[in-house]
Amino acid sequence: MNILEQIDRENMRYDIPEFRTGDTVSVHIRIIEGNKERVQIFKGVVIRFKKGTMGASFTVRKISNGIGVEKTFPLHSPRIEKIELNTQGRVRRARLYYLRELKGKAARIKERGLN
Amino acid sequence: MPKKIGILGKKVGMTRVYSAEGAAIVVTAIEASPCTVLQVKTDDKDGYSAIQIGFDPKKESRMTKPMQGHVKAAGQGGFYHIKEFRVDDSSKYEVGQQISMTDLFNTGDLVDISGRAKGRGFQGVIKRHGFKGGRDTHGSMFHRAPGSIGCSAWPSRVVKGKKMPGQMGNNLVTKKNVIVVDIRPESNVMLVRGNVPGSKQGLLQIFIK
Repeated sequence: MNILEQIDRENMRYDIPEFRTGDTVSVHIRIIEGNKERVQIFKGVVIRFKKGTMGASFTVRKISNGIGVEKTFPLHSPRIEKIELNTQGRVRRARLYYLRELKGKAARIKERGLN
Repeated sequence: MPKKIGILGKKVGMTRVYSAEGAAIVVTAIEASPCTVLQVKTDDKDGYSAIQIGFDPKKESRMTKPMQGHVKAAGQGGFYHIKEFRVDDSSKYEVGQQISMTDLFNTGDLVDISGRAKGRGFQGVIKRHGFKGGRDTHGSMFHRAPGSIGCSAWPSRVVKGKKMPGQMGNNLVTKKNVIVVDIRPESNVMLVRGNVPGSKQGLLQIFIK
């Protein structure tokens, strides 16, 4: 095994559930304010999943008070406490940027594996 | 060249690790197996104080006879890379002694790293010095040329150091105050923050501060 692979394997997280674009997830983020630490939940649709080892990341989009908010997380970041998979969506794209143009009913995603 | 002891290493590549606080740190992995002292230079004999070290084992049969004789006293076989480091007092070192990264560096230390930058060949002023160049369209006849390189009657010569086209890269570059993020003596790897000069597998000199 080469050295970089070994370093990456040591730092990668294996407790993250498998999910893909179109799924709805709740990301529990550890937030440090001063010396207090709290957990914030960011729930939304995964609109992008970038594969890789330590460079893997994903973007979650949600509508907060009528405004679309997107957050990109490094998949292996220790600041992520856990990721909950809420629903699995059926989508026909790898990158769901078209959701930015849609709102309300049109921005819904069908659930995967129901039929 | 700084008058500091150091070791030799090879650039492995870059990745990222996370700090205890969870911040992502971009790191370069350097493979730096223990180096062997091949020759000790003293003020009395050589006029200056330095040690010569070898790095990266090489079969002795692949070396020339004079080189075989040179590495014989150390008794550690041959080496692909041999470099000299200036030291204040070379009497502390002896031929055949091993210098490893744990002897010189700790996590969190600052180091200077020298390496030969990637060669870019003969380049124009835009790539080499960041000149703006002229516009491409609207009848412009001035695109990537350097423009005027000086005045006429006075000084009627080109000033020294004028930025001109020429060889870019393939020169020795030293990056100062690089933070050592992690040291892994069991696999002979050290991680330093950010980038370092040169290509992967390129030889690096790592100096203590």
